[in-house]
Amino acid sequence: MRNTRTRLTAAAIGVGLLTSLAACGDDGGAGDASSIRIWALEDGVVNEVQTASIERFNEGSDVEAELQVYANDPYKERLRTALGSDSAPDIFFNWGGGNLKQYVDAGSVRDLTAVFEENPEFKEKFIPSVLEVGNIDGKYYGVPARGTQPVVLYYNKAVFEDAGVEPPQTWDDLMALVETFQDEGVTPIALAGSQAWTELMWIEYILDRQAGPEVFQAIRDGEEGAWEQPEVLEALTMLEELIDAGGFGDEFASVGYDEGGASSILASGDAAMHLMGTWEYTNQLGESPEFVEAGDLGYVPFPAIEGGAGDPSNLVGNPANLYSVTEASGNPEAAEDYLVEQMASDEWVDELIEIGDVPVVVGIEDKLAETDNADHATWLYDLVLNSASFQLSWDQDLPADEATLMLEQLTALFLGDQTPEGFVDTMAGS
Amino acid sequence: MKTSRSREVRPSGWYAAPLVMFFALFAVLPLGLVFYLSFTNYDPLFEPQWTGADNWERLREDTNAWDALWRTFLIGGICWAVQTPIALLIGVWSAGPQKNRAVLSSLFFLPLLMSTAAIALLWRRSFDVHAGWTATLPVIGDLDFLGNPDIVLYTVVFAVSWQYIPFHTLLYQSAARTIPGVLYEAATLDGAGRIQQFFRITLPQLRYTVITSTVLMIVGSLTTFDTVLLLTDGGPGQASRILPLHMYITGFRGFEAGYASTIAVVLVLLGALLSLAMVKVTGFRSMESQQEGL
Repeated sequence: MRNTRTRLTAAAIGVGLLTSLAACGDDGGAGDASSIRIWALEDGVVNEVQTASIERFNEGSDVEAELQVYANDPYKERLRTALGSDSAPDIFFNWGGGNLKQYVDAGSVRDLTAVFEENPEFKEKFIPSVLEVGNIDGKYYGVPARGTQPVVLYYNKAVFEDAGVEPPQTWDDLMALVETFQDEGVTPIALAGSQAWTELMWIEYILDRQAGPEVFQAIRDGEEGAWEQPEVLEALTMLEELIDAGGFGDEFASVGYDEGGASSILASGDAAMHLMGTWEYTNQLGESPEFVEAGDLGYVPFPAIEGGAGDPSNLVGNPANLYSVTEASGNPEAAEDYLVEQMASDEWVDELIEIGDVPVVVGIEDKLAETDNADHATWLYDLVLNSASFQLSWDQDLPADEATLMLEQLTALFLGDQTPEGFVDTMAGS
Repeated sequence: MKTSRSREVRPSGWYAAPLVMFFALFAVLPLGLVFYLSFTNYDPLFEPQWTGADNWERLREDTNAWDALWRTFLIGGICWAVQTPIALLIGVWSAGPQKNRAVLSSLFFLPLLMSTAAIALLWRRSFDVHAGWTATLPVIGDLDFLGNPDIVLYTVVFAVSWQYIPFHTLLYQSAARTIPGVLYEAATLDGAGRIQQFFRITLPQLRYTVITSTVLMIVGSLTTFDTVLLLTDGGPGQASRILPLHMYITGFRGFEAGYASTIAVVLVLLGALLSLAMVKVTGFRSMESQQEGL
């Protein structure tokens, strides 16, 4: 009895005491001028590079910067509660877009426009389309802090050769390939369907190619009736056709993206294609090095849609992650100094490239060409430089409650439990 | 003085002060706060805004929540039906004196030593349609344990049972050991067989243990959360989304902490009502006697 009741209460406390919980266990909040705290995601390789940049900063400054890292989902929870309380960090990692906009609207984020204006050479180092991810209502609230990660179509060259086919350039090609690979007994497209964000990539691209980026812009700007634009229904219907045609096989719902998931299905040749963020490359290199080294990992942009309004060079995914400064920071000048000194520095860029990232600064073609994975890195860099638009992942660009509902609707659509019309109705009614 | 001497042996009410304080601080206060929040629109970024009964209205129309509640009871019920006979039989069996039973039962209790997270991940990997070892089995291997909406509930029941059967077995084992041996001796003299002895002696003697174990399972099923979160994340789609998980997703992914608090209040009320009802049905005295020494 006692045990059970404690667990029940713990569950209640979990929701009820969001703020107090976040406040517990913090070693000193922001507001302390002698140090700046930087919150970021836990990622061994990247964290090393971040730590190195912090050490360089600390050497030349009387303010001590320190890094605190968190796992992905807990980080989102923690950040949101911390920004609403006194325990906010000085600098925080984020994804930009609508998510950052909420923090800006809540008055938690510092306007960095002046920083860019005072340091034009710093501003000019970044790829303009990527810098815009941190632009909210004409003001800059973030500095790109990591490599770019668009979503692209990976494929298994060996499987394509066996079937005697080429990677898809158009939507019709893709639909035809689905049939071909089914005849070959290969799952056409690997999908880590136990995680909704992998399914999201498909609708993001279909809508963009079919209707252009403006349709989703209206949705993210919260315009009246935006979900009911006919293009949305059209795109969802195309996606449904792909699902019904067996494009993803029938066992995707239990596949995860982590080890043993969609990536290994592609590498083993059980699936022919995999739509994924470019971290997939690093992932494959780590998990299935023989597959990449044999030259079997192919990559192409998402296919064009004939007659679609969207520019086929458009990208979706993570343009870049950002570092933003909080309003609650006790030493915002030091925080800004850190970003200006480090986020475009040669050491930072070199070290990011070394770990396989593609930094979003201009003029690094030569550096990328010298890396071990030069082909992929250079291709990716050109793709981003030449893209007409770069849409941030919808789940990051929408307010959290709307994003959660949308992801639920999407998994239902993939499972055949929801129709495109029902999807639109639900989203429009929210 | 006379009175103080007579009270010497019994602890005064003040002895309970630390407990009462902790209970107030960590149970009553948060519960009150959650109840308050259930009437607000609360995003952790902003101050809670009073919205009256809006959240409660929304809960009434939230079919996802009702489905999740139904699933919660379903999982609880099936878990009870699966775990009770198994735990009872193994518990009684392992209460015997033979040496091999001690060795076997110490192996059997291994899941008790594992954390829920480890257990959930273990089965998540095992049931993976592409990489799990169950996929290599004949017949069973063709089932998509985590991806088929019709099967996934039973997969959850399996993982939860695998984790908790040893605990309930332990309850039954210790209770079975307290049954006086003379009862069995007398029954044997009267010519009763083993099966008869089980139904006429063992089971009636264990009735309070059955009740305790049942209460633990049913109320526990209302709070099962970690296993499902890590095993299926409520999926595929919402096929295994139980109410506590629905609360978590609403509160911590959708950041609608006000509405999530409403669901939390419902969970607390349900848990309290359920355990009260079971105590009422089975009588307070039986509960007390079983609580002794815990």
